[in-house]
Amino acid sequence: MSTVSPSRTWKRPPLIKDTKLRYGLLLFVIVYFIAAFFSYEVNWARVYEGLDRGWEFIKAFSNPDFVTRWKDISAGIWESIIITVTSTVVGIILAIPIALGTASNLAPKPVYLFCRGIIAVARALHEIIVAILMVAIFGFGPLAGFITLAFSTIGFIAKLLAEDIENISKPQAEAVKSTGSGWWQWINYAIQPQVMPRLIGLSIYRVDINFRSSSILGLVGAGGVGATLNTAFDRYEFDTAAAIIIIIIAIVLVLEYVSSFIRAKVQ
Amino acid sequence: MLQLQNLGKSYKTGDDALKGVNLEIPDGQIVGLIGPSGAGKSTLIRCVNRLVEPTTGKVILNDVDVTTLSAGGLRKERRKMGMIFQEYALVDRLTIMENVLSGRLGYVGFWKSFLRKYPQSDVDEAFRLLERVGLDHMVDKRADELSGGQKQRVGIARALIQDPEVLLIDEPTASLDPKTSRQIMRLIAELCKERNLSTIVNIHDVALAQMYVERIVGLQLGEIVFDGPPEGLTPDVLTQIYGEEDWEATIDEVSDDVDDDINEDGIDSAKNTDKIAKVITEAVSAP
Repeated sequence: MSTVSPSRTWKRPPLIKDTKLRYGLLLFVIVYFIAAFFSYEVNWARVYEGLDRGWEFIKAFSNPDFVTRWKDISAGIWESIIITVTSTVVGIILAIPIALGTASNLAPKPVYLFCRGIIAVARALHEIIVAILMVAIFGFGPLAGFITLAFSTIGFIAKLLAEDIENISKPQAEAVKSTGSGWWQWINYAIQPQVMPRLIGLSIYRVDINFRSSSILGLVGAGGVGATLNTAFDRYEFDTAAAIIIIIIAIVLVLEYVSSFIRAKVQ
Repeated sequence: MLQLQNLGKSYKTGDDALKGVNLEIPDGQIVGLIGPSGAGKSTLIRCVNRLVEPTTGKVILNDVDVTTLSAGGLRKERRKMGMIFQEYALVDRLTIMENVLSGRLGYVGFWKSFLRKYPQSDVDEAFRLLERVGLDHMVDKRADELSGGQKQRVGIARALIQDPEVLLIDEPTASLDPKTSRQIMRLIAELCKERNLSTIVNIHDVALAQMYVERIVGLQLGEIVFDGPPEGLTPDVLTQIYGEEDWEATIDEVSDDVDDDINEDGIDSAKNTDKIAKVITEAVSAP
């Protein structure tokens, strides 16, 4: 005779075991969110006025003016492209040795810490802050923008490339080392082929980021089409501003398409 | 002649992977290194070319003590030690030719290797070896496009183009099907004889080891517990190395299916296989 055993229940174990803590945290987040949200003061009269101005701006997109300020616009766009290309190339060239130094499986501890430090500084400072500093040092103009973006490219590429180097297949690296290769040969034969697709992908992505950033840096005087855009806003020439923004969007879309195409090719 | 004297390795975690191993391998001898996982087989062959730094003892290759060499001296000495790996360890995104030529890295300068401008003699040798392993028609294919057996042939060619005096082989057949495993082991055995190479082969498959090697070393917990001819691997010895099991089946298997191993890829010599099989059959059926 088999006796019917009492049915056993099962529930997924909760992420936070303590019931009080669990519901306490939830309540805290809800209350804080509501309090924080209602701390915003909304001046409805101002919003009512602003709606008109906003509508003007949006309407300008249906009637962008490429012609009146075309000389300024094209000069700005060219400057942005020059900043993008130079800062990306220089940034990547400087980032590669730093990435090698930041990969814990290649670099000795002191080198590792030094290179990590460079990356931490490059990533901690937002481009706008660096740009303000560079404008202070080098004066207004695209040189400040170029240095700013090259600097932040180093932080971006070096960090992500170093991560990829740390994830390489160890046997492949061992195999090349066991042939009696020198260190640079080892990098060239065992490491480079493994991280190349990632490096190309990151570089193209960075072109994209640098172009978009270069159109902002003009706002703090670091050159590029951002300066033209800023002037257009200051003069309430929304139709010219719309033209600039449309060009920026078009270029970013083209870059997006090109980068996905190339990334698919290099796998 | 490769000599290991009192070779020991303790990892930082406190594990003693090798405990004073003494081993002497004359030129042209193939030694099959067997033992359970964690016995120290991989550590042993990696200590020979110092991919793993031994903690104690010496590795002596033709009167040179490898363990005391500087970085530069070690690189020169590594050229004499070809290595073949478990998962082939080809660089996936390089071509077959590049993978084979990478075996010459110890002999050419950085810029020559960077620009892939190897001496003509190296290129000739690479073609010759690829022909020998039956892959000379696909030199520009990328390594990751090959099958397991083909990859391992490229791995063998890469080791041989170093013109080594020693071969260190880590589980060459672990990811291959039984038939390909035999072809690869046979190829290795033939090449070692041709070139008179001292060879250590780590191998899990006891039956396969018995077919192609002339000496078996059994490793257990970092110590040598057996050293003798393949015929000496009785169930008792296997129990000593691996622990209690029914070993008759393992040993029987060898003699049963040797016959259907046919000369297919132009490398095999069926006659030779039969002879070895016969020897093993006799050895196993002896009381």
